[in-house]
Amino acid sequence: MSYPIDYTNQPVIEIEDLYKSFGDNHVLKGFNLKVWPGENVAIMGKSGSGKSVLIKCIIGLVNIDRGSLKVLNQSVPDLSQKDLDSLRCDVGFQFQGSALYDSMTVRENLEFPLRRHPSKLGTDYNPEHLIQEALEDVGLLHAIDMMPSELSGGMKKRIALARTLILRPKIILYDEPTSGLDPVTGKEISMLINEIQKRYHTASLIITHDLSCAKVTSNRMIILHEGKNYVESTYDKLSVSEDPPVRAFFT
Amino acid sequence: MKKLSKFFLMVGQMSRFAGRYFKEVLFPPYEFQELLKQCYFIGNKSFNLVAITGLIMGIVITLQTRPTLVEFGAVSWMPSMIGVAIVREIGPVITALICAGKIGSGIGAELASMKVTEQIDAMEVSGTNPFKYLVITRVTATTVMIPILILIADLISLCGSALVEMLKGGVTFQLYFSLVFEYLHFGDLIPSFIKSFFFGFAIGIVGCYMGYTSTKGTEGVGRTANEAVVISSMLVFIIDFIAVLVSDIFYEL
Repeated sequence: MSYPIDYTNQPVIEIEDLYKSFGDNHVLKGFNLKVWPGENVAIMGKSGSGKSVLIKCIIGLVNIDRGSLKVLNQSVPDLSQKDLDSLRCDVGFQFQGSALYDSMTVRENLEFPLRRHPSKLGTDYNPEHLIQEALEDVGLLHAIDMMPSELSGGMKKRIALARTLILRPKIILYDEPTSGLDPVTGKEISMLINEIQKRYHTASLIITHDLSCAKVTSNRMIILHEGKNYVESTYDKLSVSEDPPVRAFFT
Repeated sequence: MKKLSKFFLMVGQMSRFAGRYFKEVLFPPYEFQELLKQCYFIGNKSFNLVAITGLIMGIVITLQTRPTLVEFGAVSWMPSMIGVAIVREIGPVITALICAGKIGSGIGAELASMKVTEQIDAMEVSGTNPFKYLVITRVTATTVMIPILILIADLISLCGSALVEMLKGGVTFQLYFSLVFEYLHFGDLIPSFIKSFFFGFAIGIVGCYMGYTSTKGTEGVGRTANEAVVISSMLVFIIDFIAVLVSDIFYEL
């Protein structure tokens, strides 16, 4: 990972002292995070540690209990629905299970985000051109008229990525982008994440259990443990750590 | 006690869900294309089932009633009696129950499966209001299409009845229908037509509510479809009961 990270500007995601509970289950207990423009941050943690909840809070799908959560310098909990929708144009979200609309073709899946936000791409944009470009980016132009049920797991992940890219987001949130894939396809997806960052200069937050994905994609890694940032460093440094909770991920 | 409070909680939440429908249905953005697509699915794709059921319903009721009327020498009352029975009660209720089974469960299972696979969240993340796109279109489509399906079922049912009378009693179609319409008044047709809109709304809102609030993953999809049928069928009978009581008041005036 050697793409330029812009530390001079405001962070694109800034979280301070974030708390989130579901009843008696205290998931996030004072989590902090800063993601800079052009940076890829991988978050690892045990199942149920609150990684997916964290990125759902960032995109406004889950309301936070307390703390400060700013995305592109806008406080997400304070946004109106209209402003939140507008912010969501700049923040792509790739779901763990791809979440393709299974009653629509690949083309219709990619058209769907465009229908509500035509103004974001200017007045003279060509939807067909954008769809083809996004599919070319993920190497699946031939699948344009296929239904999601006809696609393999890896293809679904790529199409979901193409759908995320179509609105040209500044930040992409990946929820376990390589889960359920064989190592080869997983590696292809990891490489694709890097290529996309290089081409569109996006910042990314990658939730993963996959060490090889974290190694290939991340500039910085955070271990989420007991609702807090347990440790934060590069992959190379964490991989030689002797700390038992960190070692547990690398052995 | 716990079950009772759970039931009332669900009634309350469903009422709020229906309230949200009325709050959002009038304001843009409107999803006309999706609405038309849903009208096509609900109307066109249910047509065969409703038509066949309607035809069998008309034939069976006529065949079952005929011997008794023959015995009392009242077979000439057959068209008027069948006409009033089908248009006022049997047609709307049976068709609504069939639609609750086919459409209500379909909507419930579809939305529940979309929820499980995070498609509803994906819609929200892409800046589309999933309530407007999924719920308002489907509820509006059932409210519009189910009364039309009921009218068609009534007509086909009367045709089935006329067919039996033609074969068994030598009554022509023309004579049969002139006798039907001689005793059938707007006072029979209008309450039945009005209540069919409520049937359509109830089937749509129950299916959408159950699907939209589904929990427990894939197991919840089957359970949602099942509950959508049970609750909407029960609501059809409750609405019918209320409609009969209200229209009875108007008859007495």
